[in-house]
Amino acid sequence: MDEKTIIAKRVALELKDGDLVNLGIGLPTMVPQFLPSKIEVYFQSENGIVGLAAMPAEGYENKALTDAGGGYVGAIPGAASIDSALSFGLIRGGHLDLSVLGGLEVDELGLLANWMIPGKMVPGMGGAMDIVSGAKRVIVAMTHTAKGGKPKIIPACTLPLTSARRVSLIVTELAVIEPTDEGLVLREVAPGVTVEQVVAATSAKLIIPANVLTMPINVDAQAAA
Amino acid sequence: MNKSVSCAQAVEMIPDGASLMVGGFMGVGSPHRIINELVAQKKKDLTVICNDAGRPNYGIAHLISARLVKKLIATHIGLNQESQRQMIAGEMEIELIPQGTMAERIRAGGFGLGGVLTSTGIGTIVAEGKQVIEVDGKQFLLEKPLTADFALIGADRSDYRGNLEYSLTARNFNPLMAMAGRVVIAEPKTIVPMGVIPPDSVVTPFVCVNYIVEGAF
Repeated sequence: MDEKTIIAKRVALELKDGDLVNLGIGLPTMVPQFLPSKIEVYFQSENGIVGLAAMPAEGYENKALTDAGGGYVGAIPGAASIDSALSFGLIRGGHLDLSVLGGLEVDELGLLANWMIPGKMVPGMGGAMDIVSGAKRVIVAMTHTAKGGKPKIIPACTLPLTSARRVSLIVTELAVIEPTDEGLVLREVAPGVTVEQVVAATSAKLIIPANVLTMPINVDAQAAA
Repeated sequence: MNKSVSCAQAVEMIPDGASLMVGGFMGVGSPHRIINELVAQKKKDLTVICNDAGRPNYGIAHLISARLVKKLIATHIGLNQESQRQMIAGEMEIELIPQGTMAERIRAGGFGLGGVLTSTGIGTIVAEGKQVIEVDGKQFLLEKPLTADFALIGADRSDYRGNLEYSLTARNFNPLMAMAGRVVIAEPKTIVPMGVIPPDSVVTPFVCVNYIVEGAF
């Protein structure tokens, strides 16, 4: 199973019945397909809809119904159109239960950098700064290391921060790590991954409890289908 | 009063060097005919306030590719490589601001407020040079209001007086900008007779709108 699927499957377990959830562009948009069927979750897209649904069938796309990346999406019956002020009022005002977004770096304080690499890539923060500052829970869903194995979970962020607020959880293809007052706690490893492998791929100090769980997901490619 | 004008007439009112708020999110809900006409009339040295830089060949990307934008105030430029190139080459000034902060700065400008206090950006480079105000022990940034010479609004339906309805995610910044432009030009998809849009469906009331661009008959 590829690393993105592992991450998306594990993140899906964090969504609770009735949650209002914002998903960042890219990997986080894979999360809904792994939701347990018993729970009902509502998705918000910061460009202005509460009740986002999966992409419509070919021929049913609407030019006025897209996600924040401009890609076609659907809407559930009972969805609501909102303007940008209300959208960020939901985000900042404590109405958004969970945000899942990508990361470039996360450090020992649980601070996230995900919006620019000075001089190289400056896409802009979009809604990320408001989301990380305002959502009740923020999950960073990212590959554990950058290309070439360079750690992304590091002692202190070198890139410009997204927020001074600590994120709630880091989910990678290797591990689940929780930032706490004491530091980064290794909660889970992926099936078949050892604690030593996680430590080797992480340059930040990790607190290793006596009991590190294995992610409760099935990574058997057959079963995933 | 019938406020409808042709697209060419609307754009003729806009001088070189004007500041423009342009509605839309990655081009969705942007006033595309007005944007194309700005390019056709070669309006130069524009300051553009818009959520983003559009996508290649869509939305305000046309203005940027035609090199008509002197300064862009936006939240995200990542889907338009040309805007990043112009920024890094120093050909276009870009001010990046958080999206929720942009919405509230525009709202403050249009609603007559002296600014807004937000925790977004505290402890980041966004806070540089800004006043930090403590309220009940919590720190906030003072973000100042934004207004513009013209607000260019993409709407779904308008009546001839300028009551506006929007469609789905094409709404985004449009209702906020319609309050914050000194001259507001709306480009609806269709213009309908008075009374067809029920009062409960009006999002931008007609008093905010100065001109309505006629349909492309």
